Amino acid sequence: MSALKIENLHKTYRNGTQALCGVDLEVRAGDFFALLGPNGAGKSTAIGIICSLINKSSGKVSVFDTDIDDDPSRARSHIGLVPQEFNFNIFEPAGEILINQAGYYGIDRDTASERAEHYLKQLDLWNKRKVMAKELSGGMKRRLMIARALVHQPKLLILDEPTAGVDIEIRRSMWDFLREINAAGTTIILTTHYLEEAESLCNNIAIIDHGITIEQTSMRRLLDRLRAETFVLYLEDDLQLLPNCGEYEVHMIDSRTLEVLVHKGQNLNAIYQQLSDCNIKVVSMRNKSNRLEQLFVSMLKKKVAA
Amino acid sequence: MTLFEQWVALKTIMRREFLRFIRIWIQTILPPVITVSLYFVIFGKLIGTQIGDIDGYRYMDYIVPGLILMSVISNSYANVVSSFFSAKFHRSVEEMIVSPLPNYIILLGYVSGGVLRGVVVGITVTAVSMFFSELRIHHVAVSLAVFVLTAALFSLAGFINAVYGRSFDDITIIPTFVLTPLTYLGGIFYSIKMLPEFWQSVSQLNPILYMINAFRYGFIGVSDIDLTTAFLIILAFVALLFWFALSLLNRGIGIKA
Repeated sequence: MSALKIENLHKTYRNGTQALCGVDLEVRAGDFFALLGPNGAGKSTAIGIICSLINKSSGKVSVFDTDIDDDPSRARSHIGLVPQEFNFNIFEPAGEILINQAGYYGIDRDTASERAEHYLKQLDLWNKRKVMAKELSGGMKRRLMIARALVHQPKLLILDEPTAGVDIEIRRSMWDFLREINAAGTTIILTTHYLEEAESLCNNIAIIDHGITIEQTSMRRLLDRLRAETFVLYLEDDLQLLPNCGEYEVHMIDSRTLEVLVHKGQNLNAIYQQLSDCNIKVVSMRNKSNRLEQLFVSMLKKKVAA
Repeated sequence: MTLFEQWVALKTIMRREFLRFIRIWIQTILPPVITVSLYFVIFGKLIGTQIGDIDGYRYMDYIVPGLILMSVISNSYANVVSSFFSAKFHRSVEEMIVSPLPNYIILLGYVSGGVLRGVVVGITVTAVSMFFSELRIHHVAVSLAVFVLTAALFSLAGFINAVYGRSFDDITIIPTFVLTPLTYLGGIFYSIKMLPEFWQSVSQLNPILYMINAFRYGFIGVSDIDLTTAFLIILAFVALLFWFALSLLNRGIGIKA
Protein backbone atom coordinates (compact mmCIF):
# COMPACT_ATOMS: atom_id res chain seq x y z
CA MET A 1 0.00 0.00 0.00
CA SER A 2 1.20 3.51 -0.78
CA ALA A 3 1.51 5.89 2.12
CA LEU A 4 2.04 8.70 -0.34
CA LYS A 5 1.64 8.87 -4.09
CA ILE A 6 2.45 11.97 -6.09
CA GLU A 7 1.79 12.13 -9.82
CA ASN A 8 2.98 14.87 -12.15
CA LEU A 9 2.89 17.55 -9.48
CA HIS A 10 3.34 21.12 -10.69
CA LYS A 11 3.54 24.34 -8.77
CA THR A 12 4.04 27.81 -10.18
CA TYR A 13 3.97 30.64 -7.66
CA ARG A 14 2.16 33.91 -8.35
CA ASN A 15 5.48 35.62 -9.12
CA GLY A 16 6.03 33.11 -11.93
CA THR A 17 8.58 30.93 -10.13
CA GLN A 18 8.19 27.31 -11.19
CA ALA A 19 8.93 25.37 -8.02
CA LEU A 20 7.72 21.95 -9.21
CA CYS A 21 7.69 20.83 -12.83
CA GLY A 22 6.21 17.34 -12.69
CA VAL A 23 7.28 15.56 -9.54
CA ASP A 24 6.42 11.85 -9.31
CA LEU A 25 6.94 9.99 -6.07
CA GLU A 26 5.71 6.92 -4.30
CA VAL A 27 6.36 6.04 -0.67
CA ARG A 28 5.32 2.63 0.59
CA ALA A 29 3.54 2.24 3.93
CA GLY A 30 6.01 1.58 6.74
CA ASP A 31 8.95 3.04 4.84
CA PHE A 32 11.61 5.39 6.19
CA PHE A 33 12.04 7.55 3.14
CA ALA A 34 14.58 10.27 2.38
CA LEU A 35 13.57 13.18 0.16
CA LEU A 36 16.76 14.95 -0.80
CA GLY A 37 17.71 17.83 -3.01
CA PRO A 38 19.73 21.02 -2.94
CA ASN A 39 18.32 24.28 -1.58
CA GLY A 40 15.47 25.50 -3.74
CA ALA A 41 14.94 22.09 -5.36
CA GLY A 42 11.25 22.06 -4.41
CA LYS A 43 11.24 19.72 -1.40
CA SER A 44 9.50 22.11 0.97
CA THR A 45 7.00 23.11 -1.73
CA ALA A 46 6.13 19.45 -2.29
CA ILE A 47 5.71 18.94 1.46
CA GLY A 48 3.63 22.11 1.70
CA ILE A 49 1.28 20.78 -0.98
CA ILE A 50 0.99 17.35 0.66
CA CYS A 51 0.04 19.03 3.94
CA SER A 52 -2.34 21.61 2.37
CA LEU A 53 -0.14 24.57 3.27
CA ILE A 54 0.41 25.38 -0.41
CA ASN A 55 -2.08 25.20 -3.27
CA LYS A 56 -0.82 23.04 -6.14
CA SER A 57 -1.05 24.20 -9.74
CA SER A 58 -1.77 20.70 -11.09
CA GLY A 59 -1.09 17.04 -10.42
CA LYS A 60 -2.38 14.43 -8.06
CA VAL A 61 -1.48 13.68 -4.46
CA SER A 62 -2.94 10.87 -2.39
CA VAL A 63 -2.19 9.90 1.18
CA PHE A 64 -3.00 6.29 2.10
CA ASP A 65 -5.15 6.12 -1.04
CA THR A 66 -7.08 9.27 -0.12
CA ASP A 67 -6.84 11.99 -2.72
CA ILE A 68 -6.12 15.36 -1.08
CA ASP A 69 -8.65 17.04 -3.38
CA ASP A 70 -11.45 14.50 -2.93
CA ASP A 71 -11.28 14.20 0.85
CA PRO A 72 -8.76 16.72 2.21
CA SER A 73 -9.88 16.30 5.80
CA ARG A 74 -9.32 12.53 5.78
CA ALA A 75 -5.99 12.86 3.96
CA ARG A 76 -4.76 15.42 6.48
CA SER A 77 -5.82 13.27 9.42
CA HIS A 78 -3.18 10.71 8.35
CA ILE A 79 -0.30 13.21 8.33
CA GLY A 80 1.91 14.63 11.04
CA LEU A 81 4.21 17.46 9.96
CA VAL A 82 7.43 18.72 11.49
CA PRO A 83 8.14 21.84 9.45
CA GLN A 84 11.51 23.40 8.79
CA GLU A 85 10.78 26.57 10.75
CA PHE A 86 9.27 26.91 14.21
CA ASN A 87 5.56 27.55 13.74
CA PHE A 88 3.96 27.45 17.16
CA ASN A 89 2.61 30.23 19.30
CA ILE A 90 5.69 31.18 21.29
CA PHE A 91 3.50 32.57 24.08
CA GLU A 92 1.85 29.22 24.81
CA PRO A 93 3.27 26.66 27.26
CA ALA A 94 4.75 23.54 25.65
CA GLY A 95 2.12 21.20 27.14
CA GLU A 96 -0.73 23.43 25.99
CA ILE A 97 0.63 23.46 22.42
CA LEU A 98 0.37 19.66 22.28
CA ILE A 99 -3.07 19.47 23.88
CA ASN A 100 -4.43 22.13 21.52
CA GLN A 101 -2.96 20.36 18.51
CA ALA A 102 -4.70 17.15 19.53
CA GLY A 103 -7.91 19.16 19.93
CA TYR A 104 -7.72 20.31 16.31
CA TYR A 105 -7.90 16.61 15.38
CA GLY A 106 -11.02 16.18 17.51
CA ILE A 107 -9.22 14.36 20.35
CA ASP A 108 -10.88 15.07 23.68
CA ARG A 109 -8.93 16.91 26.34
CA ASP A 110 -8.37 13.95 28.69
CA THR A 111 -6.94 11.75 25.95
CA ALA A 112 -4.95 14.70 24.60
CA SER A 113 -3.42 15.30 28.04
CA GLU A 114 -2.40 11.63 28.33
CA ARG A 115 -0.81 11.65 24.90
CA ALA A 116 0.91 14.98 25.53
CA GLU A 117 2.42 13.51 28.70
CA HIS A 118 3.55 10.40 26.82
CA TYR A 119 5.30 12.26 24.01
CA LEU A 120 6.74 15.00 26.20
CA LYS A 121 8.27 12.31 28.42
CA GLN A 122 9.57 10.37 25.41
CA LEU A 123 11.21 13.48 24.02
CA ASP A 124 12.54 14.55 27.40
CA LEU A 125 10.39 17.68 27.62
CA TRP A 126 8.04 16.74 30.45
CA ASN A 127 9.69 19.07 32.94
CA LYS A 128 9.25 21.91 30.42
CA ARG A 129 5.51 21.39 29.92
CA LYS A 130 4.59 24.62 31.70
CA VAL A 131 7.37 26.67 30.13
CA MET A 132 6.40 29.07 27.37
CA ALA A 133 7.69 27.93 23.98
CA LYS A 134 9.73 31.10 23.50
CA GLU A 135 11.84 30.17 26.54
CA LEU A 136 12.84 26.75 25.19
CA SER A 137 16.23 26.15 23.57
CA GLY A 138 16.50 25.44 19.83
CA GLY A 139 16.82 21.69 20.39
CA MET A 140 13.83 21.64 22.73
CA LYS A 141 11.74 23.55 20.19
CA ARG A 142 12.65 20.97 17.52
CA ARG A 143 11.65 18.12 19.85
CA LEU A 144 8.45 19.95 20.75
CA MET A 145 7.55 20.10 17.06
CA ILE A 146 8.12 16.35 16.75
CA ALA A 147 5.93 15.70 19.80
CA ARG A 148 3.25 17.99 18.37
CA ALA A 149 3.32 16.18 15.02
CA LEU A 150 2.83 12.84 16.78
CA VAL A 151 0.14 13.73 19.27
CA HIS A 152 -2.69 12.63 16.96
CA GLN A 153 -0.74 9.44 16.15
CA PRO A 154 -0.45 9.93 12.39
CA LYS A 155 0.27 7.08 9.97
CA LEU A 156 2.62 9.31 7.97
CA LEU A 157 5.18 11.56 9.65
CA ILE A 158 6.87 14.17 7.47
CA LEU A 159 10.01 15.76 8.84
CA ASP A 160 11.42 18.75 7.00
CA GLU A 161 15.00 19.12 8.24
CA PRO A 162 14.14 18.15 11.82
CA THR A 163 17.71 18.17 13.11
CA ALA A 164 18.85 21.48 11.62
CA GLY A 165 20.84 23.38 14.21
CA VAL A 166 20.62 20.59 16.78
CA ASP A 167 23.74 19.37 18.59
CA ILE A 168 25.03 15.90 17.83
CA GLU A 169 23.90 14.34 21.12
CA ILE A 170 20.29 15.45 20.67
CA ARG A 171 20.45 14.55 16.99
CA ARG A 172 21.47 10.99 17.82
CA SER A 173 18.72 10.64 20.41
CA MET A 174 16.23 11.98 17.85
CA TRP A 175 17.44 9.37 15.36
CA ASP A 176 16.84 6.61 17.90
CA PHE A 177 13.38 7.97 18.63
CA LEU A 178 12.50 8.14 14.93
CA ARG A 179 13.74 4.58 14.38
CA GLU A 180 11.42 3.44 17.20
CA ILE A 181 8.45 5.30 15.72
CA ASN A 182 9.16 3.78 12.30
CA ALA A 183 9.57 0.30 13.76
CA ALA A 184 6.17 0.72 15.40
CA GLY A 185 4.62 1.17 11.95
CA THR A 186 4.69 4.90 11.21
CA THR A 187 5.81 5.78 7.70
CA ILE A 188 8.42 8.53 7.80
CA ILE A 189 9.50 10.96 5.10
CA LEU A 190 12.64 12.88 5.96
CA THR A 191 14.29 15.79 4.24
CA THR A 192 17.71 16.74 5.49
CA HIS A 193 20.95 18.32 4.43
CA TYR A 194 22.85 15.93 6.71
CA LEU A 195 23.34 13.10 4.25
CA GLU A 196 24.81 10.76 6.85
CA GLU A 197 21.46 11.16 8.60
CA ALA A 198 19.56 10.03 5.51
CA GLU A 199 22.02 7.17 4.93
CA SER A 200 21.79 6.03 8.50
CA LEU A 201 18.00 6.18 8.85
CA CYS A 202 16.35 5.69 5.48
CA ASN A 203 15.62 2.61 3.38
CA ASN A 204 14.48 4.39 0.24
CA ILE A 205 15.34 7.68 -1.31
CA ALA A 206 14.21 10.23 -3.88
CA ILE A 207 16.24 13.15 -5.14
CA ILE A 208 14.53 16.26 -6.42
CA ASP A 209 16.31 18.97 -8.35
CA HIS A 210 14.90 21.99 -10.14
CA GLY A 211 11.38 20.79 -9.42
CA ILE A 212 11.62 17.29 -10.89
CA THR A 213 12.40 13.88 -9.46
CA ILE A 214 15.81 12.88 -10.78
CA GLU A 215 16.07 9.63 -8.85
CA GLN A 216 13.93 7.30 -6.78
CA THR A 217 15.39 4.05 -5.58
CA SER A 218 16.42 2.11 -2.50
CA MET A 219 19.31 3.37 -0.42
CA ARG A 220 21.21 0.10 -0.97
CA ARG A 221 20.91 0.28 -4.77
CA LEU A 222 21.96 3.88 -4.79
CA LEU A 223 25.02 3.24 -2.66
CA ASP A 224 25.93 0.27 -4.86
CA ARG A 225 26.45 2.76 -7.66
CA LEU A 226 29.52 4.14 -5.93
CA ARG A 227 32.51 3.21 -8.09
CA ALA A 228 35.10 4.00 -5.47
CA GLU A 229 35.34 4.97 -1.84
CA THR A 230 38.18 6.68 -0.06
CA PHE A 231 39.07 5.49 3.42
CA VAL A 232 41.29 7.20 5.95
CA LEU A 233 43.40 4.79 8.03
CA TYR A 234 44.96 5.83 11.33
CA LEU A 235 48.19 4.02 12.24
CA GLU A 236 49.61 3.05 15.59
CA ASP A 237 53.23 4.03 14.85
CA ASP A 238 54.95 6.69 12.77
CA LEU A 239 55.65 5.72 9.18
CA GLN A 240 58.73 6.90 7.34
CA LEU A 241 58.03 5.54 3.86
CA LEU A 242 54.87 4.78 1.98
CA PRO A 243 54.54 0.98 1.78
CA ASN A 244 53.92 -0.80 -1.52
CA CYS A 245 50.22 -1.71 -1.53
CA GLY A 246 50.00 -3.27 -4.97
CA GLU A 247 46.84 -2.41 -6.87
CA TYR A 248 45.56 0.01 -4.24
CA GLU A 249 46.07 3.77 -4.55
CA VAL A 250 47.51 4.85 -1.21
CA HIS A 251 48.55 8.36 -0.16
CA MET A 252 50.33 9.38 2.99
CA ILE A 253 48.60 12.32 4.68
CA ASP A 254 51.05 12.45 7.57
CA SER A 255 53.30 9.96 9.35
CA ARG A 256 50.34 8.26 11.05
CA THR A 257 47.56 8.73 8.48
CA LEU A 258 46.99 7.00 5.15
CA GLU A 259 44.33 7.59 2.56
CA VAL A 260 43.29 4.55 0.47
CA LEU A 261 41.11 4.56 -2.64
CA VAL A 262 39.09 1.32 -2.85
CA HIS A 263 37.43 0.68 -6.21
CA LYS A 264 34.28 -1.36 -6.69
CA GLY A 265 35.31 -5.03 -6.66
CA GLN A 266 38.21 -4.43 -4.32
CA ASN A 267 37.93 -5.05 -0.60
CA LEU A 268 39.51 -3.82 2.55
CA ASN A 269 40.81 -7.22 3.74
CA ALA A 270 43.57 -7.21 1.15
CA ILE A 271 44.84 -3.79 2.05
CA TYR A 272 44.82 -4.70 5.74
CA GLN A 273 46.77 -7.85 4.94
CA GLN A 274 49.38 -5.95 2.95
CA LEU A 275 49.81 -3.34 5.68
CA SER A 276 50.04 -6.09 8.27
CA ASP A 277 52.74 -7.82 6.20
CA CYS A 278 54.72 -4.56 6.38
CA ASN A 279 54.24 -4.61 10.16
CA ILE A 280 51.98 -1.56 10.02
CA LYS A 281 49.14 -1.59 12.56
CA VAL A 282 45.88 0.21 11.78
CA VAL A 283 44.15 1.48 14.93
CA SER A 284 41.06 2.97 13.32
CA MET A 285 39.52 4.00 10.03
CA ARG A 286 36.73 6.11 8.54
CA ASN A 287 35.20 7.04 5.20
CA LYS A 288 36.84 10.20 3.90
CA SER A 289 33.44 11.60 2.97
CA ASN A 290 29.91 10.37 3.36
CA ARG A 291 29.05 7.86 0.63
CA LEU A 292 25.65 9.28 -0.06
CA GLU A 293 27.13 12.76 -0.21
CA GLN A 294 29.57 11.62 -2.92
CA LEU A 295 26.74 10.17 -4.99
CA PHE A 296 24.45 13.11 -4.37
CA VAL A 297 27.02 15.63 -5.55
CA SER A 298 27.93 13.57 -8.62
CA MET A 299 24.28 13.10 -9.59
CA LEU A 300 23.58 16.80 -9.33
CA LYS A 301 26.71 17.56 -11.38
CA LYS A 302 25.57 15.12 -14.07
CA LYS A 303 22.15 16.76 -14.09
CA VAL A 304 23.68 20.22 -14.55
CA ALA A 305 25.96 18.91 -17.32
CA ALA A 306 22.99 17.30 -19.09
CA MET B 1 -14.33 14.64 11.06
CA THR B 2 -17.43 13.58 12.96
CA LEU B 3 -19.69 16.22 14.50
CA PHE B 4 -18.35 15.34 17.95
CA GLU B 5 -14.75 15.78 16.76
CA GLN B 6 -15.69 19.13 15.22
CA TRP B 7 -17.24 20.19 18.52
CA VAL B 8 -14.05 19.18 20.37
CA ALA B 9 -11.99 21.19 17.88
CA LEU B 10 -14.26 24.22 18.19
CA LYS B 11 -14.03 24.09 21.99
CA THR B 12 -10.24 23.86 21.71
CA ILE B 13 -10.01 27.04 19.63
CA MET B 14 -12.52 28.86 21.86
CA ARG B 15 -10.63 27.88 25.00
CA ARG B 16 -7.31 28.90 23.48
CA GLU B 17 -8.71 32.26 22.41
CA PHE B 18 -10.32 32.85 25.82
CA LEU B 19 -7.09 32.08 27.67
CA ARG B 20 -5.18 34.31 25.28
CA PHE B 21 -7.04 37.48 26.18
CA ILE B 22 -7.54 36.58 29.85
CA ARG B 23 -3.79 35.94 30.26
CA ILE B 24 -3.13 39.53 29.14
CA TRP B 25 -6.17 41.12 30.86
CA ILE B 26 -4.21 44.29 31.62
CA GLN B 27 -3.97 44.88 27.87
CA THR B 28 -7.40 43.55 26.93
CA ILE B 29 -9.95 44.06 29.72
CA LEU B 30 -8.66 47.01 31.74
CA PRO B 31 -8.18 49.65 28.98
CA PRO B 32 -11.81 49.67 27.78
CA VAL B 33 -12.97 49.95 31.41
CA ILE B 34 -10.73 53.00 31.94
CA THR B 35 -11.75 54.56 28.61
CA VAL B 36 -15.47 54.14 29.23
CA SER B 37 -15.13 55.38 32.81
CA LEU B 38 -13.57 58.56 31.44
CA TYR B 39 -16.46 58.94 28.99
CA PHE B 40 -18.90 58.53 31.88
CA VAL B 41 -17.11 61.14 33.97
CA ILE B 42 -16.56 63.70 31.20
CA PHE B 43 -19.58 63.30 28.94
CA GLY B 44 -21.99 61.98 31.51
CA LYS B 45 -21.22 63.86 34.71
CA LEU B 46 -19.42 67.05 33.64
CA ILE B 47 -20.85 67.90 30.21
CA GLY B 48 -23.99 65.75 30.37
CA THR B 49 -25.54 67.78 33.19
CA GLN B 50 -25.35 70.86 30.93
CA ILE B 51 -27.01 69.09 28.00
CA GLY B 52 -30.29 68.05 29.56
CA ASP B 53 -32.57 65.15 28.61
CA ILE B 54 -32.81 63.31 25.27
CA ASP B 55 -36.04 61.45 24.48
CA GLY B 56 -37.02 61.93 28.11
CA TYR B 57 -33.85 60.32 29.53
CA ARG B 58 -30.92 61.87 31.36
CA TYR B 59 -27.99 62.34 28.98
CA MET B 60 -25.91 59.89 31.03
CA ASP B 61 -28.59 57.19 30.78
CA TYR B 62 -28.98 57.90 27.06
CA ILE B 63 -25.30 57.38 26.20
CA VAL B 64 -24.66 54.31 28.41
CA PRO B 65 -25.93 51.67 25.89
CA GLY B 66 -23.87 53.20 23.09
CA LEU B 67 -20.74 53.29 25.21
CA ILE B 68 -21.17 49.65 26.22
CA LEU B 69 -21.67 48.65 22.59
CA MET B 70 -18.69 50.76 21.50
CA SER B 71 -16.50 48.72 23.84
CA VAL B 72 -17.97 45.50 22.50
CA ILE B 73 -17.37 46.59 18.89
CA SER B 74 -13.76 47.65 19.35
CA ASN B 75 -12.80 44.70 21.55
CA SER B 76 -14.41 41.99 19.43
CA TYR B 77 -12.70 43.43 16.40
CA ALA B 78 -9.34 43.87 18.12
CA ASN B 79 -9.39 40.36 19.56
CA VAL B 80 -9.82 38.56 16.26
CA VAL B 81 -7.67 40.85 14.14
CA SER B 82 -4.72 40.63 16.53
CA SER B 83 -5.11 36.92 17.28
CA PHE B 84 -5.45 35.75 13.68
CA PHE B 85 -2.81 38.14 12.38
CA SER B 86 -0.37 36.96 15.10
CA ALA B 87 -1.14 33.35 14.15
CA LYS B 88 -0.29 34.23 10.55
CA PHE B 89 2.80 36.18 11.57
CA HIS B 90 4.17 33.40 13.83
CA ARG B 91 2.85 30.80 11.35
CA SER B 92 1.04 29.00 14.16
CA VAL B 93 -2.04 29.15 11.93
CA GLU B 94 -0.38 26.23 10.11
CA GLU B 95 -1.19 24.05 13.13
CA MET B 96 -4.85 24.31 12.16
CA ILE B 97 -4.38 24.26 8.40
CA VAL B 98 -2.53 20.92 8.44
CA SER B 99 -5.21 19.39 10.66
CA PRO B 100 -8.48 17.96 9.32
CA LEU B 101 -10.41 20.95 10.72
CA PRO B 102 -13.05 22.27 8.33
CA ASN B 103 -12.55 25.97 7.60
CA TYR B 104 -15.90 26.95 9.06
CA ILE B 105 -14.80 25.57 12.43
CA ILE B 106 -11.62 27.68 12.29
CA LEU B 107 -13.74 30.73 11.48
CA LEU B 108 -16.35 29.95 14.16
CA GLY B 109 -13.56 29.42 16.69
CA TYR B 110 -12.02 32.83 16.09
CA VAL B 111 -15.42 34.54 15.97
CA SER B 112 -16.39 32.85 19.25
CA GLY B 113 -13.16 34.16 20.78
CA GLY B 114 -14.06 37.67 19.66
CA VAL B 115 -17.62 37.32 20.98
CA LEU B 116 -16.27 36.03 24.32
CA ARG B 117 -14.01 39.03 24.68
CA GLY B 118 -16.89 41.29 23.72
CA VAL B 119 -19.04 39.61 26.39
CA VAL B 120 -16.38 39.88 29.11
CA VAL B 121 -15.63 43.53 28.30
CA GLY B 122 -19.33 44.31 27.86
CA ILE B 123 -20.25 42.84 31.24
CA THR B 124 -17.35 44.64 32.95
CA VAL B 125 -18.24 47.98 31.35
CA THR B 126 -21.92 47.46 32.21
CA ALA B 127 -20.94 46.83 35.83
CA VAL B 128 -18.89 50.05 35.86
CA SER B 129 -21.75 52.01 34.28
CA MET B 130 -23.91 51.14 37.28
CA PHE B 131 -21.79 53.54 39.35
CA PHE B 132 -22.76 56.40 37.04
CA SER B 133 -26.31 55.73 35.88
CA GLU B 134 -29.54 54.11 36.98
CA LEU B 135 -29.27 51.22 34.65
CA ARG B 136 -32.43 49.31 33.77
CA ILE B 137 -32.90 46.90 30.94
CA HIS B 138 -36.13 47.48 29.07
CA HIS B 139 -35.93 44.39 26.88
CA VAL B 140 -33.40 41.71 27.88
CA ALA B 141 -33.78 39.54 24.77
CA VAL B 142 -33.27 42.46 22.38
CA SER B 143 -30.23 43.65 24.34
CA LEU B 144 -28.64 40.22 24.38
CA ALA B 145 -29.37 39.52 20.72
CA VAL B 146 -27.90 42.85 19.56
CA PHE B 147 -24.96 42.41 21.92
CA VAL B 148 -24.02 38.96 20.56
CA LEU B 149 -24.75 39.73 16.90
CA THR B 150 -22.72 42.94 17.00
CA ALA B 151 -19.80 41.16 18.65
CA ALA B 152 -20.01 38.43 15.99
CA LEU B 153 -20.23 40.95 13.17
CA PHE B 154 -17.13 42.85 14.26
CA SER B 155 -15.25 39.65 15.02
CA LEU B 156 -15.88 38.66 11.40
CA ALA B 157 -14.75 42.08 10.21
CA GLY B 158 -11.58 41.72 12.31
CA PHE B 159 -10.96 38.30 10.81
CA ILE B 160 -11.21 39.66 7.26
CA ASN B 161 -8.84 42.51 8.15
CA ALA B 162 -6.34 39.97 9.55
CA VAL B 163 -6.57 37.80 6.43
CA TYR B 164 -5.60 40.75 4.22
CA GLY B 165 -3.13 42.26 6.70
CA ARG B 166 0.54 41.94 5.78
CA SER B 167 2.02 44.03 8.57
CA PHE B 168 1.02 45.21 12.02
CA ASP B 169 0.29 48.62 10.47
CA ASP B 170 -2.34 47.03 8.23
CA ILE B 171 -4.33 45.83 11.21
CA THR B 172 -4.54 49.29 12.80
CA ILE B 173 -5.59 51.21 9.68
CA ILE B 174 -9.20 49.99 9.58
CA PRO B 175 -9.91 50.49 13.32
CA THR B 176 -8.39 53.98 13.22
CA PHE B 177 -9.71 55.32 9.94
CA VAL B 178 -12.97 53.42 9.49
CA LEU B 179 -14.24 51.84 12.69
CA THR B 180 -13.70 54.72 15.11
CA PRO B 181 -15.32 57.42 12.91
CA LEU B 182 -18.28 55.17 12.10
CA THR B 183 -18.74 54.31 15.77
CA TYR B 184 -18.58 57.93 16.92
CA LEU B 185 -20.96 58.98 14.14
CA GLY B 186 -23.27 56.06 14.88
CA GLY B 187 -25.38 57.91 17.42
CA ILE B 188 -23.63 57.00 20.67
CA PHE B 189 -23.67 60.54 21.97
CA TYR B 190 -26.69 61.97 20.16
CA SER B 191 -29.99 61.17 18.53
CA ILE B 192 -29.92 61.54 14.76
CA LYS B 193 -33.18 63.49 15.12
CA MET B 194 -30.95 66.32 16.33
CA LEU B 195 -29.24 66.43 12.92
CA PRO B 196 -30.40 68.34 9.81
CA GLU B 197 -32.45 66.17 7.46
CA PHE B 198 -29.59 65.67 4.99
CA TRP B 199 -27.23 64.36 7.68
CA GLN B 200 -29.99 62.15 9.06
CA SER B 201 -30.15 60.45 5.66
CA VAL B 202 -26.36 60.18 5.48
CA SER B 203 -26.27 58.69 8.98
CA GLN B 204 -28.62 55.94 7.88
CA LEU B 205 -25.86 54.61 5.63
CA ASN B 206 -23.82 53.86 8.73
CA PRO B 207 -24.50 50.25 9.83
CA ILE B 208 -23.32 50.98 13.36
CA LEU B 209 -26.25 53.37 13.80
CA TYR B 210 -28.64 50.41 13.58
CA MET B 211 -26.75 48.41 16.18
CA ILE B 212 -26.47 51.24 18.67
CA ASN B 213 -30.12 52.18 18.32
CA ALA B 214 -31.32 48.61 18.61
CA PHE B 215 -29.15 48.15 21.69
CA ARG B 216 -30.40 51.42 23.15
CA TYR B 217 -33.95 50.19 22.58
CA GLY B 218 -33.09 47.07 24.58
CA PHE B 219 -31.89 49.24 27.46
CA ILE B 220 -34.19 52.27 27.61
CA GLY B 221 -36.89 51.49 25.07
CA VAL B 222 -36.17 54.34 22.63
CA SER B 223 -34.64 54.17 19.19
CA ASP B 224 -34.24 56.39 16.14
CA ILE B 225 -34.52 53.31 13.90
CA ASP B 226 -37.23 50.72 13.41
CA LEU B 227 -36.19 47.61 15.39
CA THR B 228 -37.06 45.12 12.63
CA THR B 229 -35.05 47.07 10.08
CA ALA B 230 -32.14 47.20 12.52
CA PHE B 231 -32.18 43.43 13.08
CA LEU B 232 -32.49 42.68 9.36
CA ILE B 233 -29.51 44.89 8.58
CA ILE B 234 -27.39 43.39 11.37
CA LEU B 235 -28.25 39.83 10.34
CA ALA B 236 -27.58 40.61 6.68
CA PHE B 237 -24.14 41.98 7.54
CA VAL B 238 -23.32 38.96 9.73
CA ALA B 239 -24.34 36.57 6.95
CA LEU B 240 -22.47 38.53 4.28
CA LEU B 241 -19.25 38.82 6.29
CA PHE B 242 -19.38 35.15 7.34
CA TRP B 243 -19.74 34.05 3.74
CA PHE B 244 -16.95 36.37 2.61
CA ALA B 245 -14.55 35.35 5.43
CA LEU B 246 -15.22 31.67 4.76
CA SER B 247 -14.59 32.06 1.04
CA LEU B 248 -11.27 33.77 1.84
CA LEU B 249 -10.29 30.83 4.07
CA ASN B 250 -11.40 28.28 1.48
CA ARG B 251 -9.25 29.96 -1.16
CA GLY B 252 -6.35 30.24 1.27
CA ILE B 253 -6.07 34.00 0.75
CA GLY B 254 -3.33 35.44 2.94
CA ILE B 255 -2.40 32.06 4.41
CA LYS B 256 -1.48 29.78 1.52
CA ALA B 257 1.04 30.36 -1.26
